[in-house]
Amino acid sequence: MIEIRHLNKTFYGTAEPVVALDDVSLTINDGEIFGIIGLSGAGKSTLVRCINLLERPTEGEVLIDGRDLMKLSKKELLAERRNIGMIFQGFNLLEQRNVLKNVTYPLEIAGWKKEDAEKRAKELLELVNLTDREKSYPSQLSGGQKQRVAIARALATNPKYLLCDEATSALDPTTTQSILDLLKQINRELGVTIIVITHEMRVIDLICDRVAVIDKSHIAETGAVSTVFSNPQSEIAKELILPGQTRDPRATQGGDKIRIIFEGGSSHEPVIANLVLECQAPINILFADTKEIEGKVFGHMILELPNNDRQKEKVFAWLDGHKISYQEEA
Amino acid sequence: MSAFFHNLADKGIFFSDLFCQLWDKGLIQTGIWETIYLTLLSTVLAYIFGLPLGVLLTVTAENGIRPIKWLNKILGVIVNIFRSIPFIILLVAMLGVAKLIVGTSLGNSAMIVMLVLAATPYVARMVESSLKEVNAGVIEAAQAMGTPDFQIVTKVMIPEAKPALIIGAVISTVTILSYSAMAGTIGGGGLGAIAIMWGHQRSRRDVIWVCMILTVLIVQVIQEVGMAIAHRTDRRLR
Repeated sequence: MIEIRHLNKTFYGTAEPVVALDDVSLTINDGEIFGIIGLSGAGKSTLVRCINLLERPTEGEVLIDGRDLMKLSKKELLAERRNIGMIFQGFNLLEQRNVLKNVTYPLEIAGWKKEDAEKRAKELLELVNLTDREKSYPSQLSGGQKQRVAIARALATNPKYLLCDEATSALDPTTTQSILDLLKQINRELGVTIIVITHEMRVIDLICDRVAVIDKSHIAETGAVSTVFSNPQSEIAKELILPGQTRDPRATQGGDKIRIIFEGGSSHEPVIANLVLECQAPINILFADTKEIEGKVFGHMILELPNNDRQKEKVFAWLDGHKISYQEEA
Repeated sequence: MSAFFHNLADKGIFFSDLFCQLWDKGLIQTGIWETIYLTLLSTVLAYIFGLPLGVLLTVTAENGIRPIKWLNKILGVIVNIFRSIPFIILLVAMLGVAKLIVGTSLGNSAMIVMLVLAATPYVARMVESSLKEVNAGVIEAAQAMGTPDFQIVTKVMIPEAKPALIIGAVISTVTILSYSAMAGTIGGGGLGAIAIMWGHQRSRRDVIWVCMILTVLIVQVIQEVGMAIAHRTDRRLR
């Protein structure tokens, strides 16, 4: 378990001090995939670097399985880092070493014998599906392959945790998908707890169990992905999840607006069509954004209701009857 | 070769009798050897001191892996002072150092001391600029894998900067070679000394030209071989 308590990080540069993290607290449970999402500059990269103390927090505690990293000696900290793998947006492979030697690098540092290290590295390359490229150099690999090597390298010392700092942000959508699948597989099969930093909603959507939304150095919201997605509370979460949604200026008839929320109902049912047909109500869809996750639908839709109380009653009754939650929109 | 020079000299084409005498006595040949020896030995020694100094300048810098502001500042100032003194002035001003170290302020041994003294700060800056080219992300990744600082230098920074370091060594060698031409000033040897003593002071243009062409050839060989090694060992270019 990773517990982050009241973390502050202030950078004292030449100009004004910059507060990158302000009273951030999080708990990341063993075995989960935890997402941290925010816009660039929100502080998410600083936050992930505080987990392995690449950045030393100005204040607060970072507990890994109950051990306070801030209290470890330099040597103990270096040893502890072997328990926390990390991958990066820019892959950060050693350009002058081939694939196999990149994967053996952390084992070399940990003092493994050469044969043992190579044996372990070959196992890992098999896991990430790159057995045939062990003699290649990073410059000969595609972005996706480089990230696979980086994942193999990060897992070499058998870490319990894996930090992913914008690991898919430099990759195309198809490659992103395959890397995310690999991370999911690692989480499932090896039981590695994964912390994913990203600015892409899609990444959270596809692999995370829980998510923290970070904005302007604060945690704005934390919760299960389905909860945060279906009912974002903070402004920043709404902005990230429902991009482009504004208080709609296109409202036409001036009728009441409701927001209906899909929280995992079947994606096969034509909900709005049924609603219109059964209630005989001319409904105007002002905004819609739904996502399908594992065959279930999540998302929002903003509907403008007719200016007719009886029809409105009917719509509400129908929604209640079908257990679809909704709220009045201002 | 000797017959060739005599033949041309007899016909009055370019070569003088003086040049033929120098060649027959083996002075030119010794000059070639002395130039190579002064240059290579000084370069090796300058790297023995300059490489650690360059590493120190890099790691103690503000964005280095072990920032030590005062040490970085002091080293930087010392390096800059030595770098800004023209070699010929440093040579005559610091001869006492040579006397202290090799017991004489004359000849090739003293010259090597002076070359190392002048080249070490130069090499340190070369090394520093090569090491600073190493992707900061790679160093960060190595730190995230629990690499101690010393191994960051030996296993990450130096191997990753190897092609740039080799190119820097080629440039340093050529610079040291050009400094070595001033060895004659303190009674050292080499092609530079021959060009001044026999060529310039006795107005024998052929001697000057031969020394010059030989020097150019040596530089070309160093340059080509060095660049080929740098290119061949760089895994980014395949």
